[in-house]
Amino acid sequence: MMPGGRTQARAAWLFLTPALIFIGVFFFLPVIAGLALSLTNFDIYAIGHPENVQFAGLANYRAMVHTDLFWTALENTLYFAFVGAPLSVLVALGAALLVNSRLTRWPAFFRTAYFAPFVTTLVAVAVVWKYLYHPRYGLLDAGLAALGVHPVDWLGDPRWAMPAIILVAVWRSFGYNMLIFIAGLQRIPAELYEAAELDGAGSWARLRHVTLPQLAPTFLFVGVITAIGFFQLFAEPYVMTGGGPLKSTLSMVLYMYEEGFRWWRLGSAAAIAFSLFVLVLAITLIQLRLERERTS
Amino acid sequence: MRRRWASVALHAVLVVGAALSLFPLLWMVSGSLMSTGEANSFPPRLLPHHATLAHYAALFTQLDVGRYFLNSVIVAGFATAVSLFINSLAGYALAKLEFRGRERLFRILVAGLVIPAQVAMLPLFLLLRSLGLVNTYLGAMIPAMATIFGVFLIRQYVLSVPDDLLDAARMDGASEFRIYWSVVLPVIRPILATLAIFTFLSTWNDFLWPLVILSDNAKYTLPVALAGLSGEHVQDTELMLAGSVVTVLPVLAVFIGLQRFYVAGILAGSTKG
Amino acid sequence: MRVPPAWPLVLLAACHSSTAVTLDFWGLGREGEVVAQLVPEFERENPGVRVRVQQIPWTAAHEKLLTAYVGRSTPDVAQLGNTWVPEFVALGALLPLDSAIARSRVVHPADYFTGIWATNVVDRAVYGVPWYVDTRILFYRRDLLAQAGFAAPPRSWAEWLRAMAALKARDGPHRWPIYVPTNEWQPIVTLALQAGSPILKDTAQYGAFTDPPFRRAFDFYADLYTRGYAPRVGITEVGNIYQEFARGTYAMWITGPWNIGEFRRRLPPNQQKIWATAPMPGPEGAASGVGLAGGSSLVVYRASRHQAEAWKLVEYLSRVDLEERFYRLSGDLPARRDAWRDPVLAADAAARAFYEQLERVVPTPPVPEWELIATRIFDYGEQAIRGGVPRDTALARLEREVNQILARRRWLLARNAARAAAPAGGGR
Repeated sequence: MMPGGRTQARAAWLFLTPALIFIGVFFFLPVIAGLALSLTNFDIYAIGHPENVQFAGLANYRAMVHTDLFWTALENTLYFAFVGAPLSVLVALGAALLVNSRLTRWPAFFRTAYFAPFVTTLVAVAVVWKYLYHPRYGLLDAGLAALGVHPVDWLGDPRWAMPAIILVAVWRSFGYNMLIFIAGLQRIPAELYEAAELDGAGSWARLRHVTLPQLAPTFLFVGVITAIGFFQLFAEPYVMTGGGPLKSTLSMVLYMYEEGFRWWRLGSAAAIAFSLFVLVLAITLIQLRLERERTS
Repeated sequence: MRRRWASVALHAVLVVGAALSLFPLLWMVSGSLMSTGEANSFPPRLLPHHATLAHYAALFTQLDVGRYFLNSVIVAGFATAVSLFINSLAGYALAKLEFRGRERLFRILVAGLVIPAQVAMLPLFLLLRSLGLVNTYLGAMIPAMATIFGVFLIRQYVLSVPDDLLDAARMDGASEFRIYWSVVLPVIRPILATLAIFTFLSTWNDFLWPLVILSDNAKYTLPVALAGLSGEHVQDTELMLAGSVVTVLPVLAVFIGLQRFYVAGILAGSTKG
Repeated sequence: MRVPPAWPLVLLAACHSSTAVTLDFWGLGREGEVVAQLVPEFERENPGVRVRVQQIPWTAAHEKLLTAYVGRSTPDVAQLGNTWVPEFVALGALLPLDSAIARSRVVHPADYFTGIWATNVVDRAVYGVPWYVDTRILFYRRDLLAQAGFAAPPRSWAEWLRAMAALKARDGPHRWPIYVPTNEWQPIVTLALQAGSPILKDTAQYGAFTDPPFRRAFDFYADLYTRGYAPRVGITEVGNIYQEFARGTYAMWITGPWNIGEFRRRLPPNQQKIWATAPMPGPEGAASGVGLAGGSSLVVYRASRHQAEAWKLVEYLSRVDLEERFYRLSGDLPARRDAWRDPVLAADAAARAFYEQLERVVPTPPVPEWELIATRIFDYGEQAIRGGVPRDTALARLEREVNQILARRRWLLARNAARAAAPAGGGR
């Protein structure tokens, strides 16, 4: 240790204390309490009369696994994440390639235009999109009608409600991923492109053999980050569809919110939250494993 | 010649993309200026017949939106200020101060990044309830005041601050806090700006937590108030669009004004250190 | 647990009369907006008492009220949907009002519709005073019905089906005899109560959804869709229901009293004669056409620090003249029979059907889990109607889930029964 190490150590702990208190007390502690809560039958009867709480072991998890609504929420969330995330990544990649091209003028303007949706308040844009999706007065169906397509009741048809929400999510998120791709593109050494050109490679070949392979790690990273974010889908269905029609847009977080804050079945809600955590953890570990295999 | 065509095609696609990307936001503004019922007409309109600010007036005079705006400013502003201080202290300590267990602590914190915030929400609500912080501004701010992400961001950036700078100050007899305050903070201004913007934007836009923790109408932040209004006034399209504009405008303004920092921050966070 | 009488609090309030008392009142939906107009006179009559009215949208009301209770930030007085009263009583949130009512010169149980008053009684104590009533009856296009050969509205299920068949035959595929949204529980439960189903059986410990009476009602309900009398749509999917009603897209609608005002406001004056209201048809005729005992009550929270003043506010709003004024401002129907003598209300032809129906209303099962159970009823109903699930399967699933929801209630009842049976240590 350096001279004055003790002073540093003391100062370090002093500096860390506020953050550690906040993070420890208001994040890690509730997470652990959540796990404990999921092992009890804490519900509305228990709030008024704490003596009604009982340890329930894995009863909540068992009940959850036997509830159709849980599987619906899980399926919907997986559908949303595994369709939406790749879509968002692909659109972002396309946008990044276009904005970053040598031929592009005013790249900053386009970058801002594509990024603006990401910055906006989710509730506000959900309200706007709700009106855009209206089967009679909404501009989307009007646009489709101009192309000769029959109007779709986007938010009222169980088959189309989730795709409608996926569209909103992709529109909102692709700008963020685009920035990460742009950073990745700018890090590709120019020599690789020059070498490819010398070998006679055209733009498509350069894309396939230089750009995409170089971007592969970013691809994985962005894809997984986006999917993890998409697992937390809540505001769009809450504002636009309320989980319907026919529960087709009920997401895990929305289901957890209803169980917890509408029906006050807190033990059950905590079990759902933990299942979500396990899901996210699994995806993250898979990503880390893939990363490790690729770099080794 | 080929280059010319390629350039035209490229810009055409870019412009169409920008139009699609911005269209909902532009329609939001346009609709908010339409007279009542115009946005719900068939066939749908793109632009108002006669632009009117009546809905904005209604928002601020009848629906108390000014108050919700103020609440959002208070919660987001305060949370940002506090989080800047706390996160930078911790991030600096983790990056530059020597102490036992530093790396292990850092790894534990990073592991926490995987946990979705919603897992903590219910117990946190019960905890704040026992502390009497339900339905308070402080309760609304607490999740934002110190975050693992914030600490992480600062720590990654501070790693690049040259050690000699700090050693020189130590040799001059400066206390560790003095070093942090007078030497480090000025140097890491860019990442501080980035974190400030991040925190402000995410707190301003936050919906689920304020929905849960605030029960008094008077304390609602804009997103919560907007969601509530949209349930009651679903027939009043133009009014709701105006409400959306009021909610979105500040964050868009902050973003456009400070996008240099924001973008730099995202890029810094995306590289794994 | 006995609650202390109100007298000491009144004295206490008198001692503190120099400091102003502020009461928090939470109103739901439109009623929240309207009550703010009734408050100034109360403040004049009770100097030193200020009332702060907060309005909560109906869509978030149940969640907000519960969250406020858990978060210990409840108001003094609130408007509560009467189907929620058992829930809040189970929480221990509400003040029993028996002693206050016994002493009151304004509130007498006999003045109120019997079925409505009953919704506020839990374990033989009264926890709320009915404020306004809500029951669902038939709104219909009398001209379309007349064209189909029915001069009077149907009074029995059989007649109702005949009327709808006649309407359907006349109007073809793009118009519907009746609009019943698939995500509402009130129509299903009304029909079930009419068919004699208890909805929940064995002192509300088990679901009765696979028993014959409920099955009969559910068949009647689901047949409305399969026969093409009602469109398979939810509440939010119809653009503007009032326009569609005026256009004749729908000839009948099971809905509540607030729509009297909405119809008058949203339909053009030359179309005000074509609609009318009628009590619900019953399986065997008019007398069996019971309805839901819905509406809102005024409740006082146990945690209120101004219980005496809070009761004064409840009393004030329950006065006959205030109920009449409230009706005129909001269109909500009074819960007191004597308030119906108000000349405007008495002359209101559309309201008359409600008066008749209110004498035949039945409360929903008084369990704290009611709101959740009601939601699940239409969730599974939707599965059968729009999701292609066979009716037997849907009802069996519904019953299984409701039984699971009620497991806690069964456990608590069993535990309380065991405690009552076992000799208490130390005697009582």
